Amino acid sequence: MLKQLFHQASKRDRQRFWIVSAIVLLALPWIVGSIGGNYWVRVLDFALLYIVLALGLNVVIGFAGLLDLGYIAFYAVGAYSYALLASPHLTTQFPAIAAIFPTGLHFPLWGALIISFVLAAIFGVLLGFPTLKLRGDYLAIVTLGFGEIIRIFLNNLDRPLNLTNGPKGIGSIHPIELFGINLSKPISIWGLQIPSLYLLFYFFLILAVLVAIVCSRLEHSRIGRAWVAIREDEVAAEAMGIETRNMKLLAFAIGASFAGAAGVLFAAFQGFVSPESFTLWESIVVLAMVVMGGMGHIPGVILGAILLAVFPELLRSIAAPIQQFVFGSVLVDTEIIRQLLYGLALILIMLYRPNGIWQKPDALKAAHG
Amino acid sequence: MSDLLKIYGVSKRFGGIQALDDVGLRVRTGTIAGLIGPNGAGKTTFFNVITGLYPADQGEFELQGRPYSPHSVSQVTQAGIARTFQNIRLFKEMTALENVMVGCDCRSSIGVLGAILGTQSNRREERVIREKSLAFLEYVGLQDYTQHKAKNLSYGYQRRLEIARALATEPILLALDEPAAGMNASEKLELRELILKIRDDGKTVLLIEHDVHLVMSICDYLTVLDYGKVIADGLPNEVRRHPEVIRAYLGGAVA
Repeated sequence: MLKQLFHQASKRDRQRFWIVSAIVLLALPWIVGSIGGNYWVRVLDFALLYIVLALGLNVVIGFAGLLDLGYIAFYAVGAYSYALLASPHLTTQFPAIAAIFPTGLHFPLWGALIISFVLAAIFGVLLGFPTLKLRGDYLAIVTLGFGEIIRIFLNNLDRPLNLTNGPKGIGSIHPIELFGINLSKPISIWGLQIPSLYLLFYFFLILAVLVAIVCSRLEHSRIGRAWVAIREDEVAAEAMGIETRNMKLLAFAIGASFAGAAGVLFAAFQGFVSPESFTLWESIVVLAMVVMGGMGHIPGVILGAILLAVFPELLRSIAAPIQQFVFGSVLVDTEIIRQLLYGLALILIMLYRPNGIWQKPDALKAAHG
Repeated sequence: MSDLLKIYGVSKRFGGIQALDDVGLRVRTGTIAGLIGPNGAGKTTFFNVITGLYPADQGEFELQGRPYSPHSVSQVTQAGIARTFQNIRLFKEMTALENVMVGCDCRSSIGVLGAILGTQSNRREERVIREKSLAFLEYVGLQDYTQHKAKNLSYGYQRRLEIARALATEPILLALDEPAAGMNASEKLELRELILKIRDDGKTVLLIEHDVHLVMSICDYLTVLDYGKVIADGLPNEVRRHPEVIRAYLGGAVA
């Protein structure tokens, strides 16, 4: 019903839809903040980072059909490059670097964003090259190995040279600061005090919207069609004159670069990075967002990312009160029941919506509906 | 008439089997050339060598007087030979229109930045590709099915869609690998009409086919393969009476 309405909507109605959504999104942190407090705004901020990650992975898996189980490695590349460029770690460990930067390393955030964008893309191509001939399960195994290699490197590169500080991680990373405006402190505009978490929400929102636009533009272009063609039938795609090798590498590079950019923001947001944040589990969570939401369908992927980022937190906060209400006391540890319900929800979604919660509408049905 | 495609001395060996032995082929501009032969004669192998799917051990290839080397399928398509597949290989989850648009994209030069920025010229080109694709669909008679997913089309229509998609790459030579395989009589008749129409509109067609009736009735020139060797070539009527061809098809000595 809703989908049909949307398709019949006139241009003016669509304009209204976008204006209303923009207002809702601008008001969202204030609404959520006043109901649930800062904790929930923080959850929203993370949800936006997950949207960027899921959209990037969607390019690789949803469009080009390349099953990547090590995607979080690119997130790690972004996070660690900012951690190294904008924290006291390198200057305290290496006197030579301290001699060059006597006041410490203070790389600007936008510069780090560009660097890790490019660096992650290079890592994407590095992963892509040896796996060009691999498909399906075999590709999944290699990418899984790649993800683990990056994590293990980060975990062990504290000897002989202390590059990553090993499992202890790197702390005191500069917060997000853009052109002299520090987003980690509240800003007041015309007497209105905007808390830091709200500012970050807006900043991440801009990034997520940009990434969504880029993905959508690519999807509806020659590039996107070439990716889907490769996903559907690689030999036939090649027979249509598509340079499948370049197109696959491009998908890896673009997907990775989004994760790299998200990683920078993650590091700056947390102020601390450690290998623990980049485990296989994280790769699988992002993969689940893409698959649950609706592979290859951008609105679906965004929905999947929001649901899987918010749902576990929701469970965490209601598991105890509900037990209190029903049994009069907390019988099962909230963490256990949270994991249980989370898994159950995933199973149910896959059983009843195997193509994702919000899959791509069939063009024919939309045209006739 | 000039030769559009000239191929000499193609050999291809798979392990201990000589699949192709010094095979040659000439296709004249604006004609329908047929490549026939019994099962296992090496037709599809030869086809795959010409289109770059398998590397040849030996052989010279010339398209429109210019040598080309079939090293990669995509380069052969860009050079101007578009092919279809014996076992239909469409992009199943894409609509008929999108399938053809992928073909049209072959002649487009929009890069990543152009696509991301959504520039004016990019939008214009996108519109042109869409219109051209619709025209190709109409050409093969699929104008009412543009929004159908390829996998939902009937068998005969899938064949047509594959031909439309190949035509969309604007080839000099259209190469059809057993297009009538699995078709019923009326579908075959329609296919025959379509291939003749394509030739009459000035395209050159290379046809590999099992169905001798179809081949004899539409081909302007025939090459017959058996055991990886060319055993005869000429006009359909000459080839029909060629003793080697009769022996290959019917077996045994000719009385």
